[in-house]
Amino acid sequence: MNKIEINQLNLWYGQFQALHDIVLDIPENEVTAFIGPSGCGKSTLIKSLNRMNDLVDHCQVKGEVLFNGTDIYRMSDPVSALRKKIGMVFQQPNPFPKSIYDNVAYGPRTHGIKDRKTLDTIVEKSLRGAAVWEEVKDILNKSALSVSGGQQQRICIARALAVQPEVLLMDEPTSALDPISTAKIEELIINLKKNYTIVMVTHNMQQASRISDQTAFFYNGRIIETDRTERLFTRPAKQQTADYVSGRFG
Amino acid sequence: MQYNDKLNLKKLDQDLITVNKKKKKVQKIGMENWMKGIFFMCAVFSISSIVFMIYFIFSSGIPFITEYGVARFLTGTTWAPSNTPGSYGILPMMIGSILVTGGATLIGMPIGILTAVFMAAYCPPELYKILKAAVNLMAAIPSILYGFFALQFIVPFMREVAGGTGMNMMTAMILLGLMILPTIISLSEAALRAVPRSYYEGSLALGTTHEKTVLSVMVPAAKSGIISSVILGIGRAIGETMAVVLIAGNQPIIPDSLFSGVRTLTTNIVLEMAYAQGEHKEALIATAAVLFLFILMINSLFLYVKKKRG
Repeated sequence: MNKIEINQLNLWYGQFQALHDIVLDIPENEVTAFIGPSGCGKSTLIKSLNRMNDLVDHCQVKGEVLFNGTDIYRMSDPVSALRKKIGMVFQQPNPFPKSIYDNVAYGPRTHGIKDRKTLDTIVEKSLRGAAVWEEVKDILNKSALSVSGGQQQRICIARALAVQPEVLLMDEPTSALDPISTAKIEELIINLKKNYTIVMVTHNMQQASRISDQTAFFYNGRIIETDRTERLFTRPAKQQTADYVSGRFG
Repeated sequence: MQYNDKLNLKKLDQDLITVNKKKKKVQKIGMENWMKGIFFMCAVFSISSIVFMIYFIFSSGIPFITEYGVARFLTGTTWAPSNTPGSYGILPMMIGSILVTGGATLIGMPIGILTAVFMAAYCPPELYKILKAAVNLMAAIPSILYGFFALQFIVPFMREVAGGTGMNMMTAMILLGLMILPTIISLSEAALRAVPRSYYEGSLALGTTHEKTVLSVMVPAAKSGIISSVILGIGRAIGETMAVVLIAGNQPIIPDSLFSGVRTLTTNIVLEMAYAQGEHKEALIATAAVLFLFILMINSLFLYVKKKRG
């Protein structure tokens, strides 16, 4: 089953067309990876899935993005309701300058949960889900900025999980991290797909081949090829894809 | 032979270059030392002026206070320099300064902070230009003009509302509340703008609205900058003189209501310094010493908040 279906999506930043005729299905409970050289539109596409592109001046979108069958650019719900269901993790860990507890509880509190016990449960569950509970359970009241970058990123993942999204968008979630933290987050992503649909942008092709089920290769604002990850890396259909995944350009 | 000549020439060239380089280096170091000296002199000049000021105020003020009695001076409620012997109790002025400044803060702080939030998070760009220019202008207007403005508008309004002359504590509070706005607005806005955009985006990505994000993430993240701006505003209010002297009534009594006349530490000095002699003059300088301590406390608080942030 497809969680998200993208049909003929075109996107402009002012006069510059950043995405051309994007067509892509994102299956439920799988990891879909976007790969391609810098500036090819991967991040732009992932940001248009939860409409973070709305924040960019002069950004114009044509085409449709169906989430659970509803076009997110023509829905009647406010965009905040969409972002509650489609969570996002950024390239740079961006915890708020609050305690670890308050970071994770921020989303649920915003959406009206006040009861301390319920919040405690959500915070623990989310931090466990993000595989960081054991490391921070005794320092929940310390500032989230005081822990390591890898822990900060997992706290950000926990913060996203706490609002119970259906989809998690990850924009190069490990590019600012050391190899050990990266390995932990990759393992976490594989575990998370049981309950969530995951879309990730990565510069690291080994990472895409290790953890994704489906991979889309981008070049110059177009998707050149989409396939099951294993096939895309071993028997790509297009010469361009073959050149990129074998490291001949990029 | 020819070959050797060439070699020597090369060597000569190189030697010349080294000499030139050394010369340049020496010149450069000379220049640098000279500039360092100028910078140092400027720094010494600034610092020595404040040192002399402290020396002047306390060397003239402290002998008077000890002679007159610390308690009598600080807790005396009668200020009557023309009595024989003169009474120099500055409690009314201390209370006046604290109340007027407190009231001004209560008025200026919420308006200033909310204006800063509006400017940083809600203001359309066209309006922002106008607003920003207006706030900068407000900061540049000489305080005597604020005094005139208050005399023309706030005083008549007060006369209507509360009766009497209209020159009272409430008038001073409103005026000073206005006067500290530019300080609070500019610095709070700068603090809000310094909040990383990633916080804003992180919050929106959790399905939070713009309003909620501004109040629950941006303002708390800018908290220490905002508090600093309020403290600087308080410093400005307690030191203000010329505008206040025009509209506060200036009676040296402990005010018994918002609409009673009031005299502050600063206005006490400016009202009487022109004709004060001997003991009276010393009492005014001692008043300045007390004012100086107030400012010192406010500045320490400011430094503390700033340090906590860093």
